[in-house]
Amino acid sequence: MTAVEPARRPAAAVAASGHSRPLTAEAPVGRPTAHWGMYLLVATEATFFACLLASYFYIQFTRGGPWPPAGIEKPKLVKPLIMVGVLLISSVTMVGADRSIRRDRSGRMLLALVITILLGLAFLAVEASDFQEKLTEFTWRTNAYGSLYFVISGFDTLHVISGLVMLGWLVVAGALGKFAAGRHERVRTVSIYWQFIVVLWLVIVFSLHLSPHFSDWF
Amino acid sequence: MTTVPTRQRPDTAADSGHDRRPKLITDSNEAVRVSEERVGDRVAEHWPEGEGVRGFISTVDHKRIGRRYIITAGFFFTLAGLNAMLMRIQLMRPGQQVISPEEYNQLFTVHGTVMIFFFSTPMLFGFGNLLFPLMLGTRDMAFPRLNAFGYWIFAASGLILFGSEAAGRAPDGGWFSYVPLTGKEFSPAINLDVYCLALLFLGTSTTVGAINFIVTALKLRAPGMTLARMPVFVWALVVVSFMVLFALPPLNTANVMLLLDRQVGTHFFDPQHGGDAVLWQHLFWLFGHPDVYIIVLPALGMVSAIVPTFSRRPIAAYPLIVVATIATGIISFGVWVHHMFAVGLPPLSMAFFSAASIVVVIPAGIQFMSWLITMLRGRIVLSVPMLWVFGFIAAFVVGGVTGPMFALVSFDQQVTDSYFVVAHFHYVLFGGAVLPMLAGLYYWWPKLTGRMTSRRGGVWSFWLVFAGFNVTFFPMHIQGLLGMPRRIYTFPAWTGWAPYNLLETLGAFLLAFGFVFTGLVFLHSWRRGAPAPADPWGGETLEWATTSPPQTHNFAVIPTVHSLHPLWDQASLDSFAYGAERDDRVLADGHETLMTSELDGEPERRLEMPEDSPVPFFTTAALTALVLGLLFRIYPLAAIGLLGTAIALCYWLWPFQGPAMALEEPVPEPEDVS
Amino acid sequence: MRPSPRAVLIIASAAVASGLLAGCSGKSPSILHPSGPGAARMTGLWWLLFGIAAGVCVVVIGLELIALLGRRGERTKIKSGGTWFVVIAGVAVPAIILTIVYGVGLNDMKALQQPARSAVTVDVIGHQWWWEVRYPGQNVVTANEIHVPVDKVVHLRLQTDDVNHSFWVPQLMPKTDLVAGRINNTWITADRVGSYHGQCAEYCGLQHANMAFQVVAQTQNQYESWLREQADVAPGVAAAASDPLIDRGRQVIETASCGSCHTVRGTSADGTIGPDLTHVGDRTEIGAGAVENNVGNLSGWIADSQTVKPGNKMPPQPLSPEDLHAVVAFLEAGGHR
Repeated sequence: MTAVEPARRPAAAVAASGHSRPLTAEAPVGRPTAHWGMYLLVATEATFFACLLASYFYIQFTRGGPWPPAGIEKPKLVKPLIMVGVLLISSVTMVGADRSIRRDRSGRMLLALVITILLGLAFLAVEASDFQEKLTEFTWRTNAYGSLYFVISGFDTLHVISGLVMLGWLVVAGALGKFAAGRHERVRTVSIYWQFIVVLWLVIVFSLHLSPHFSDWF
Repeated sequence: MTTVPTRQRPDTAADSGHDRRPKLITDSNEAVRVSEERVGDRVAEHWPEGEGVRGFISTVDHKRIGRRYIITAGFFFTLAGLNAMLMRIQLMRPGQQVISPEEYNQLFTVHGTVMIFFFSTPMLFGFGNLLFPLMLGTRDMAFPRLNAFGYWIFAASGLILFGSEAAGRAPDGGWFSYVPLTGKEFSPAINLDVYCLALLFLGTSTTVGAINFIVTALKLRAPGMTLARMPVFVWALVVVSFMVLFALPPLNTANVMLLLDRQVGTHFFDPQHGGDAVLWQHLFWLFGHPDVYIIVLPALGMVSAIVPTFSRRPIAAYPLIVVATIATGIISFGVWVHHMFAVGLPPLSMAFFSAASIVVVIPAGIQFMSWLITMLRGRIVLSVPMLWVFGFIAAFVVGGVTGPMFALVSFDQQVTDSYFVVAHFHYVLFGGAVLPMLAGLYYWWPKLTGRMTSRRGGVWSFWLVFAGFNVTFFPMHIQGLLGMPRRIYTFPAWTGWAPYNLLETLGAFLLAFGFVFTGLVFLHSWRRGAPAPADPWGGETLEWATTSPPQTHNFAVIPTVHSLHPLWDQASLDSFAYGAERDDRVLADGHETLMTSELDGEPERRLEMPEDSPVPFFTTAALTALVLGLLFRIYPLAAIGLLGTAIALCYWLWPFQGPAMALEEPVPEPEDVS
Repeated sequence: MRPSPRAVLIIASAAVASGLLAGCSGKSPSILHPSGPGAARMTGLWWLLFGIAAGVCVVVIGLELIALLGRRGERTKIKSGGTWFVVIAGVAVPAIILTIVYGVGLNDMKALQQPARSAVTVDVIGHQWWWEVRYPGQNVVTANEIHVPVDKVVHLRLQTDDVNHSFWVPQLMPKTDLVAGRINNTWITADRVGSYHGQCAEYCGLQHANMAFQVVAQTQNQYESWLREQADVAPGVAAAASDPLIDRGRQVIETASCGSCHTVRGTSADGTIGPDLTHVGDRTEIGAGAVENNVGNLSGWIADSQTVKPGNKMPPQPLSPEDLHAVVAFLEAGGHR
């Protein structure tokens, strides 16, 4: 009989310890396929935004001249930074929701999810007001800068909305008792997506809102 | 004189530590027989085959979906080929007016677009779908419903494209659709909107397919199949799937931008308003160059599956091939500018991309030499699939040696956009993808259909296609050197291009006849071919240890894999018998398969797989409504489509089945390594 | 069954024969018959690359044929090995060859760089589907023909008025694109007096196939006298004084719709949408290489160019036969090709 190294095989450790279930009420052994699927989806969506932002910088640097061009004002920072704060908090609450359900605290999970949704809605509200302000100065039809600004921000908004739909779906399913310790894969799956949204917003703020100011600051 | 090789007990040097145990299984046919006899019925109970219309729409069986991909892609290939025949007829003589310039421009655009997007990758994804679970030793893909979804989208987007051709409104900007020609001003009609939307739609299918391949290869391998024991074809498709995830977004970005420029008035590509026409080219080729490797790498993977079987020895330098595949995938993202050497970019940047384009040739050379040394040191069995492989090697090397010529900036500037480049890419794409597909079709046909093909028919079909292909495309090298640009619907007689064009048209007819003949060979086999055993060729990988065609559940017993060539090593063969005694290898308590760890293929737990479902079909219908709404600018329809898609997805992902997520007993520790 | 050697031989012979034929097509705008240093350099590079390529093909196809003629049979052998072969034949040898090839390519790229000084500068502006040619500072505007002094460096500035095109004269120089929103620079030098065929090499829409042009290399004297003539008003203007038909032609041009698109210097026609027709009589072709320039073709073109080049931007002209005859007489007056 070939020797088995217990360290390599969690099940072996379990068998050796005499328990029939793993010691903690963690996820079942092995990374679920759904998580891998979501990581890969995030990778491709992130690449899509990378292409949009690369196009943004490409236009900026090949055109040369002042940026934003044509007398458009550099983006103001108050609202985008508020949105950063809102999303960062929502990131924490999302993690909280995931941890709660892994400890079988369905009620806590629901609360955390609802707070996350409200924060997401707040994000959208601030963004809407920012758009309204910008639209008085330029639109996506004005020039390439306007097209890039609104289309990039617009796709980001679409992704946030789809994240909110997923969260809403989780709330409904959670309220109907579909999740418990060991049956919470989907919460983590949505959480991966939500964290992607948060990081995405940071990158967009850096590119669209902060970087035009670098020539003034540095 | 060779016939179908008889099974012989392989010399197994790799039978470590099993000398003392009785050898239970002689060969793959016996492995199938023993496992099916003992536990086949118990497993089959949980794997019903969906019948009738409902079954047709709802099936998530990877084999049926793979077959559909192959048939549909083959159908699109035929239509695109007919386009090419019309083009060749128009070019048969100088100054002909059989086809008008409008029609010609649609013909060549659709030919290129379909061959690249709607034929080659889907066909190879079809083979992948068919073969992944079989080669990996599992019962389905990781996401069966997503698999079906990918097919329906492919079919729908293809219908949209061909529908536009039937309506005389097909895209006509060339398959790479350069702006400003394809912008609102110079292409105001709906034709280019079809291009953008059909490709965006199709891109969804390709992406979900790629995700499915990666996760299946990571999580659903047979126990003991470490990454270093994964077949080359699987590696190739995994690398390609990663490439898809990173290469499609630039294309999608470009198509979204073009669509918005056309429909909504944005200015991404409009130099008058701060945009840049060259941005399109960068984004397109950032996708486009990796795409040609996305097409070629799986085909090379198929060759790496066929060569060992008919050289009667494992593939040489397996680690180098894997590294070469990965290297090609990565480097291919760094060469795109070689499609733009005539655009007037700075010489320094062109020099960099020229170097990168040279470097990318080396991994291809590794694969060539590996096949060659495998064949030289093995014993060739000249079966029909192997004959196609020989043809492929000749054609692909011709295409492959003209490639580095284009890596040199100034030489590229002479021959790009001429028939020389048309010759090059047909040699690498037809030679490097279509010939392996035909080799693969002949190779896996017995597995797919349970019938053998006629050897004589196969040999004739090879020579007809191979001769037709060379007569059609080889003269194009010369034509290009004689100054004939591409994408012209006619040419004057004084140029001296006429004799070559005539020859090529004749070659095209020969090639077309060759394909018709090939189709007849398969038809004949379908009706009257000899029944095929599980393993007609004496192959080394797991797909040959299933019935022909495979049972819906593929493997009654999930085998344990001990080497790169499990059907040539005794321990892996015996695991079919030993496994029949074990619950955690038979997995007959439900619609189940085994989930294993990513790197080492160690069993983790049972995985309850989704059953047949019509939801992917209806989700596709909703998405189609969205796409058509955007195409015809009927925005209420688009809104309904969007809403329908969202509802369908919510329903699809609803956690109906508790047990899939339930905390499971860990799989009981096996007593020994097997 | 072995692959029929005969079939292989037939295909190979066909390939070789076609290759030989290539050398015989004297009139083709072939890159193998260069007439300028740029193209000549590329021809040399071609033969080097061809030699290497043919060698590689012979080796690879040879190896597979050797494998075919080698051992046969079905005994399976689990053996490893062959890695050294792959490393040497698949990595080391190609790396060396490719590095050399890259070096040569880089060298050639440098050799073909824009020279610092040029004798002549020409502006070429691409349109769907014709070429506007201007000689800045010389007051010369023409279309579809570029005259250059032989053996001199001619700097070309390439722009487009609409979509992307590509400027390609295979016997003189590798191509450079005309890209929307940019000005690209290239140069040509012709070694010999003669006329060289050029053609648009970037798909630009309906009549991309019929967007050709000529580069006409002349001696310095011929070139200078051509420039002088081109700067002058249309020869028909002077001829109109003594020929009533030509005079009638001038009147028709000035009263019909010609002037909305075309310029004919010396008359009131000053449109810029279509080619400048001041010296159209001197050009060897019309319609950007669509047809030879003669009275019959020019009449047909004016009457209904859609039958000659369907989809081009010039609508049919409803002129009476006499008016048409007169217009053609004016345009062709004094022209020498």
